[in-house]
Amino acid sequence: MRATPGELDAATGRAVPIVRAERLGKQVASPEGRLTILEDIDLELAPGEQLAIVGASGSGKSTLLGLLAGLDLPTQGSVWLDGTELSTLDEDGRARLRAGRVGFVFQSFQLLPGLTAIENVMLPLELAGRADAAALAQETLARVGLAARARHYPAQLSGGEQQRVALARAFAPQPAILFADEPTGNLDRRTGETVVGLLFELNRELGTTLVLVTHDAGLAAHCNRQLTLDAGRLVVGAPS
Amino acid sequence: MSAAARLLALALRQTWRDARGGELRVLVAALVIACAAVAAVGFFTDRIRLVLERQAGELLAADLVIAGTQPPADFLDAEAGRRGLAHARTLTFPSVVLNADASALAELKAVAPGYPLRGALKTAPEPYAPAADTRETPAPGTVWADERLLAELGAGVGSTLDVGASRLTVTRVLAYEPDRGGDLFSLAPRLMMALADLPATQLVQPGSRVTWRLLLAGTPEAVAGYRDWLGLRLPASMRVQDVREARPELRVALERAGRFLGLAAVAAVLVAGVGIAIAARRYALRHRDAVALMRCFGVTQGRVLALYSIELALLGLAGGLAGAGLGWLAQQGLAAILGELAGGTLPAASWRPLPAALATGLVAVLGYAAPPLAQLRKVPPLRVLRRELAPADAWTGAAYVSATLAAAALVLWQAGEPRLAAWVLAGTAATAVLLALGAWGLTRLLGRLRGRVGVAWRFGLANVSRRGGASIVQVVAIGLGLMVLLVLTLVRTDLLAGWRASLPPEAPNRFLINVQPGEVEALQAELHAAGLGAATLHPMVRGRLTQIGERPVSAADYPEPRAQRLVEREFNLSWAEAPQPDNRIVAGRWFGPGARAEVSVEQGLAGTLGIRLGDRLRFAVAGQSVEGTVTSLRSVEWDSFHVNFFVVFPPGALDGLPATWITSFHLPAGRQALIAELVRAHPSVTVLDIDALLSKVREIIERVVLGVEYVFLFTLAAGLAVLYAAIQATRDERRYEAALARTLGASRRVVLQGLIAEFAVLGLLAGVLAAAGASALGWGLAQQVFDFPYRPDPLLWLAGAAAGVFGVGLAGLAGTRAVLDQPPLATLRAGV
Ligand SMILES: Nc1ncnc2c1ncn2[C@@H]1O[C@H](COP(=O)(O)OP(=O)(O)O)[C@@H](O)[C@H]1O
Ligand SMILES: [Mg+2]
Repeated sequence: MRATPGELDAATGRAVPIVRAERLGKQVASPEGRLTILEDIDLELAPGEQLAIVGASGSGKSTLLGLLAGLDLPTQGSVWLDGTELSTLDEDGRARLRAGRVGFVFQSFQLLPGLTAIENVMLPLELAGRADAAALAQETLARVGLAARARHYPAQLSGGEQQRVALARAFAPQPAILFADEPTGNLDRRTGETVVGLLFELNRELGTTLVLVTHDAGLAAHCNRQLTLDAGRLVVGAPS
Repeated sequence: MSAAARLLALALRQTWRDARGGELRVLVAALVIACAAVAAVGFFTDRIRLVLERQAGELLAADLVIAGTQPPADFLDAEAGRRGLAHARTLTFPSVVLNADASALAELKAVAPGYPLRGALKTAPEPYAPAADTRETPAPGTVWADERLLAELGAGVGSTLDVGASRLTVTRVLAYEPDRGGDLFSLAPRLMMALADLPATQLVQPGSRVTWRLLLAGTPEAVAGYRDWLGLRLPASMRVQDVREARPELRVALERAGRFLGLAAVAAVLVAGVGIAIAARRYALRHRDAVALMRCFGVTQGRVLALYSIELALLGLAGGLAGAGLGWLAQQGLAAILGELAGGTLPAASWRPLPAALATGLVAVLGYAAPPLAQLRKVPPLRVLRRELAPADAWTGAAYVSATLAAAALVLWQAGEPRLAAWVLAGTAATAVLLALGAWGLTRLLGRLRGRVGVAWRFGLANVSRRGGASIVQVVAIGLGLMVLLVLTLVRTDLLAGWRASLPPEAPNRFLINVQPGEVEALQAELHAAGLGAATLHPMVRGRLTQIGERPVSAADYPEPRAQRLVEREFNLSWAEAPQPDNRIVAGRWFGPGARAEVSVEQGLAGTLGIRLGDRLRFAVAGQSVEGTVTSLRSVEWDSFHVNFFVVFPPGALDGLPATWITSFHLPAGRQALIAELVRAHPSVTVLDIDALLSKVREIIERVVLGVEYVFLFTLAAGLAVLYAAIQATRDERRYEAALARTLGASRRVVLQGLIAEFAVLGLLAGVLAAAGASALGWGLAQQVFDFPYRPDPLLWLAGAAAGVFGVGLAGLAGTRAVLDQPPLATLRAGV
């Protein structure tokens, strides 16, 4: 059953969550037998909320992010994204669900090297068939302070600039929810702070829901909710 | 904008961006090379074919002949004139000619001015004097006679002959007539006169046995157009002849020529296919990140597929066009060189190969490039988080099937002959399987071996086995490339040499026919004494085939004109104890001792007339009938110019029937006087001089050999380029690894040695297996397609191994070495 997030759920009287996970688990086969990466994760995220997932490297943060965004399927439990249970959809169904609604920012930027900055930003807009792709991309690039670098290729930009292009690309389609995986992981402290500043500014302006994965407690503190992962399990009573 | 238009716009933008980024360079280059090779071979083959047809036309004295027993209707000439075709009529019939008291049966030929339309008559001022080309025909009131007729009549130049009711003066000796065709061995001597003199002779009356011919010549298009127009308008009493039917010797040469050029085209297609497949795989690998991102952005698999399919189709089209243009230019260059050598007679290329080149682009792209790109849609979106995630190697399952089908379709189409295509495909497929198995075994073996070798070798060998799938693909690609190159260089040389050897300089150039039984021994002795070796004289009996099994034979039973003519004519029957050295028994067995009522039949004749092993044949010979059961079928090398017979009986079977003897020998240049002596000593013996025909066939062989050499050269260049692409395929990865190794402290030397180890091992394996494939393919082609003996050159193995080790090693190093001169950081930062 599908309910529109943000509306009040008739049964419970609470806001319908935009992301919900129930008893989520992920196991993979490994040479040493089955390996449990995630176990028993329950969480809910209301529209407009900002959630930080913290934890040491290897604790399963990226795996969880991938499951919440529907990039992968869990081995146990279910995920609802924007009111739809992901396991009821096939790969293409999940892709359609993401289209125009979900944005991503990655640790390694993931800009296409053959495309200029503005073309990278235009790509999701073009794929969604937006007629104003070029104008909107230029506007968003200006918003992250890179209007003058629009025709540069990723290789001609510094790491911080590349990540700002990635931010512009993520926000330009005005997604309902943004998933960010260690967005500052490849940046030095000061550059990282600039990028984080921009990320939260855009987030506030557009009212985007945010799921942010980081091992940096300082960055996590910017979010209004935090969860801590330890060896694939949520730590109860973690620092807030 | 509709969804379809939006998709197209998106695909166009993607194509343009890929092109701008240099992503398409290798793929497009391979495509252009493929199409250029196919186009160049196509254009060129087409022109060679036109040359050959024109040359062949000389043996018909025309491009097209309409023949019949009635005068051709005037509208046939009129239409020819309207279409810009040259035309001329001839008439032939047997008649007795008198010179005072002497008389002889001659084959009269009345010709109109303009004859021959192709080739030229040769005449001499007196018998056995050197002859020269002439553009004239006998003027009214005069005739030209051949040496034999003059000898039989005791006449000479200046004699006046009685021809029917007319008296005509001999003004020249007729030495050569381009279309003196049909059965070489059963011709009456020739007397040529003007068509205008014919009515006065009163020789041709209703019911006379005459053959009218309308000769036509013009541009290939005009001739083809006329032939189409003729279609149903051709009166039932007339038939159309072209040279293939007229001369078996030339038919064989022309067919072989076509096969050689077909082989060149097929090689081009295969080589190019390997290049496209390799380039497409590399392209797909480099686009995995882009697809993963698109999937993240919510693009469905179907749309990913659609986007890349459109891009591919665009590339195929563009590559086809560019390739066709390039091929045309290349072929212009070749033609300039070859035209010079061919006496500047190369006709202009037709546009026929253009659609072929375009279609090649599309088929190649669909067959070779689509599978790895279709795999792209399966890139999991999770790859954006975990980079090592990728679909199974892009070059698998469906890819093999599709590439095989594409190759088969292209090869079949380009070869123009199923047997050639089948052999090339089977050879290539077998080699590919062999290569894949060999490479698989190698990666397994090296995986075990690497603990026992030094660090450099470990680095190199570990790479071979760790990249398992990629190594196998690479060995297969390099091996196929090398195999084609080996076929193109060594095997081609052997095949062409085999062809040339089928017509050696000492091939017979004179036939002696009409030798009477009593003269056989004397002639044999005279030829031997003249230093012409031990000539074999073959008995010959003329007979008509009247019955196959229980079925009476009539021309009306056969729809094919060639079969009809064979049935109408008399055959030359012979007897022999053993088959001729150049005959091969293809079915049944040769006569045992004491055999009588048996026959051995030439396989082509058997095929045309529907004669099978075990059939009982009946011939009418001089009013009697002779029978024999078919106990063997033979293949005959008609282009060897040795005396050969369609039907051979065992000795004794034809005793008592009127027989004459026939032989052929090689008369060295400058020994013409010997012929004059022979004719004087044996006036009834006829000497046929086939030097002109022989040199025509030789000329065709030489020209085709030359053409094939040039065409192969082009394919060779394409093959080398493609091989380079195959080696470059894993360059990105290798660079990255080498940089990493250097960062970890490996010295330049260790990295270099590692690279050498890797390339040398891959190259050696590919080279040796390629040599195996090339010799097998060469053998198959020679034996089964081209029909001559073949001994694989042991050099092939050496060349294969050396080309593999050094060629692949050097080319590989050239592509990767740059990394050693760069700070490793630069490479690492640029990523894979
Ligand atoms: N498909 C997989 N196969 C094997 N191991 C995996 C797979 N996915 C994740 N892992 C392992 O699970 C653990 C958690 O990975 P990840 O979610 O990337 O952690 P984080 O992002 O918190 O650093 C790591 O040890 C990783 O190696
Ligand atoms: Mg992670």
